Amino acid sequence: MTDTTTTPPEIGGIGHSVKRVEDARLIEGQGNFLDDIALPGMLHMALVRSPVAHARINGIDSDAAMAVDGVLAVVTGELMAAHNLAWMPTLSGDTQAVLATDKVRYQGQEVAAVIATDPYAAADGAELVEVDYDMLDAITNPQQSLAEGAELIRDEKEGQTDNLAYTWETGDEAATEAAFAGADRVVSLTTHYPRSHPSPLETCGIVADVNSVTGQATIYMTSQAPHAHRTLFALVAGLPEQNIRIVSPDIGGGFGNKVPIYPGYVVATAASLLIGQPVKWVETRTGNLISTGFGRDYYMTGELALSNDGRIQAMRVDMLSDQGAFYSDAQPTRYRAGLFHVCTGSYDFPHAHIKCRGAFTNKAPGGVAYRCSFRITEASYLIERLIQTAAYELGIDPAEMRLRNFIQPEQFPYETATGFVYDSGDYPTALRKALDAAGYDELRAEQAAAREEGRLVGIGIAHFTEAVGAGPAHTYDIAGLKMIDSAELRVHPTGKAILKLGVKTQGQGHETTFAQIVAEETGIPSTDIKVIHGDTDDTPYGLGTYASRSTPVGGAATAMVARKIADKARHIAAHLLEAAPEDIDRDADKFFVKGSPDKSVTIQDAAFAAYTNLPEGMEYGLEDVTYYNPPNLTFPYGSYVVVVDVDADTGVWKVRRMVALDDCGVRINPMIVEGQIHGGLTEGFAMSSMQWITFDDDGNCIGSNFMDYLIPTAWETPRFELLETVTPSPHHPIGAKGIGESATVGSPAAFVNAVVDALAHLGVRNIDMPVLPDRVWEAIDSAGG
Amino acid sequence: MEITVNINGTDHTADVEPRRLLVDHIRTGVGLTGTHIGCDTTSCGVCTVLVDGTPVKSCTMLAVQADGREVTTVEGLKSADGLHPVQQAFSDEHGLQCGFCTPAMMLVGAALIEENPAPSDDEVRWAISGNLCRCTGYMNIVKAIQAAAAAASSDGDG
Repeated sequence: MTDTTTTPPEIGGIGHSVKRVEDARLIEGQGNFLDDIALPGMLHMALVRSPVAHARINGIDSDAAMAVDGVLAVVTGELMAAHNLAWMPTLSGDTQAVLATDKVRYQGQEVAAVIATDPYAAADGAELVEVDYDMLDAITNPQQSLAEGAELIRDEKEGQTDNLAYTWETGDEAATEAAFAGADRVVSLTTHYPRSHPSPLETCGIVADVNSVTGQATIYMTSQAPHAHRTLFALVAGLPEQNIRIVSPDIGGGFGNKVPIYPGYVVATAASLLIGQPVKWVETRTGNLISTGFGRDYYMTGELALSNDGRIQAMRVDMLSDQGAFYSDAQPTRYRAGLFHVCTGSYDFPHAHIKCRGAFTNKAPGGVAYRCSFRITEASYLIERLIQTAAYELGIDPAEMRLRNFIQPEQFPYETATGFVYDSGDYPTALRKALDAAGYDELRAEQAAAREEGRLVGIGIAHFTEAVGAGPAHTYDIAGLKMIDSAELRVHPTGKAILKLGVKTQGQGHETTFAQIVAEETGIPSTDIKVIHGDTDDTPYGLGTYASRSTPVGGAATAMVARKIADKARHIAAHLLEAAPEDIDRDADKFFVKGSPDKSVTIQDAAFAAYTNLPEGMEYGLEDVTYYNPPNLTFPYGSYVVVVDVDADTGVWKVRRMVALDDCGVRINPMIVEGQIHGGLTEGFAMSSMQWITFDDDGNCIGSNFMDYLIPTAWETPRFELLETVTPSPHHPIGAKGIGESATVGSPAAFVNAVVDALAHLGVRNIDMPVLPDRVWEAIDSAGG
Repeated sequence: MEITVNINGTDHTADVEPRRLLVDHIRTGVGLTGTHIGCDTTSCGVCTVLVDGTPVKSCTMLAVQADGREVTTVEGLKSADGLHPVQQAFSDEHGLQCGFCTPAMMLVGAALIEENPAPSDDEVRWAISGNLCRCTGYMNIVKAIQAAAAAASSDGDG
């Protein structure tokens, strides 16, 4: 492990595996999750969802539902329309139905809501709401959707004459085409990154408490971005922003699923406003899987122009994305395909051109950044699959192929063909270290011997580069809100502190790691710092936690505000030591006159003096706030090596080893970083092996519960071997880059590459995810193996 | 229907609808919210409690079926001696992140080490295979349960 610690364990600054503060409540069942909240007079809401994918609504009969004991109201789209709330804006500038008024456009769409005194009564009522539908043909894939004569899904949308949701392109088309025309070889790969769902174990929910007398709206919700949600509530519902308080309590996992605003939130808030009592809505698991933000669903064709010796000269990508019925990707405004243009990956070549079309289908909307920074998972998957394909076609070892094309350490900062400026990296060292740990050369020898015996062994490599920490305000906003973030630090007279954040944990351990940043910068022990987050009345503004932006943006804000505090403390210490501020030095937690460490002032002494004994002209108190606008994204990377054994008779594959080297810059808390990597690798394994949301031809969602949507248990999940290198980000105050999503982004290609590698000698080049045994068997069978 | 369920050592008598799920009775009837709800189909296991010492998914048991039985929830793990070894080990080994599956995982772990004082990696993984976790990748949960087993054994020896 690389040692980056500068403080002793009792201070617990950067580099210490400090035990988590949040554990104390969670291991005793004292967490406060959304469904644990109970307010006096609280009512319960259940949603009526469409059982069909595409149909016109003729009418809704609520009589039987209203007759259920305990049911107080049935809210329909008509009622919402009377308050101008039947439709709401999405995070991608489209509009989405809150409760359907004209027709339903996907199975599971919200049609009505039943409000009752008890959740069982609400569910009974929802069963009895009768909706009269006129069936329409369902369109279940984007190819069908964009075909001539396809039924118009978004017939309500002014000016919409087809099912095209958007088009987007980037890069230099002419230069790219010229490079392809002159290339020795062109290698291509067509693959589908299937629809997946983040499905945190806690579903989405809200307790809306709107006081009709004071106008105060206190909204408890499962929100990864409480401040952004407050502003959007103000803009959509017309509520005055000072009267909206969003409280995001303990969150049972987010993974991007809790970034959008969902219809249930809006209906519950409206119902509380109309009825004058708090209203709770907690999504069912099926509701979560069939209606809230999915991830991926990209059909991709990628091509590389290559020289005969394996040098990449250009990349060309054509994509088609399945957006579902509403375009509601949660992503920066100017990038319609998220940050997909990071698809040039870790490689040095001058030209790329990417074009993408998004299509409406009769499927749930979403397109959230499922444990990834806006479509980076798809991008990383494509280039890492493509380079392996190229290696086979050119007869070059896949590891050697990467080494020949890597951006070299001395090239950083490196501007990619699509305009990202990578901050730092040493890719060859990382890959070689991972290969050595895996015993790559021995594995290749074993593979060759195994093939002689008719056994299938595969070695898969992925070397990914992420672009996280959105982002610089000149480029990045969501729904017009710039993607800055903030931290406020108050040091009390006894030297204990409160740190307030604009970001919000969902299990990443902010209450521990952000305190460590303050400890590093001020010398206040991390255990003396309470971290507050998630309550918009009590924290400074920020865009929230997703896209691995907490440490790159919120963590930077924390370091910067702590430096302001430390600097004021230094001036106070100078006053106490009767010296000039510029003559004051500091070690972990003490100030002293340079050269005289015997006489010192602790940070706690300085804090007390901040309220009792100040130099002339200095303002009382020891607190400050910083809003951080990052100068650039950060670019974590990693080298993953997977070894699989494939049973040729059944297509079943097993992970023998998974070696994962991550470089996320400086690690604040190594224990927590490794935990994040374990989780991310598991989700990558899940997507590559079993997790997908599919639909039948009528638009019925297959994968609407955890019996059909498979999530790996401990039994299937591989064991992981972790490695690291540390290449600090030069522009981040503490050199950190973000780690929450790296492993989910990087690992799917490594797993799939491993299975394909086992079959490569048969001529197999691709198996789409999830790599199910029957797909493997078919690949072997059709290759004549 | 009137039932009496002993939860964490205390009898709770209540009049419940026959269809009421045990998990709802524990959470809203008795007010112990450490037991969670995650899937509605007995798949995820976050609602796991111990009924007479055996792990049971409380979303798939009716409250009336628990009449006269002893239920242990996460709130009952801690004793006068302090945290249960699994609680301490989950924190020490970073066996939890968001904490939503944690109460159930700890209860399954506690039940396992009662039966098997030194479970192997595979034995722990099999025991918790009815409980999903989306955050940890299970590595540290397995480590935590094994560490708890070791701690419990050494306590017993001492």
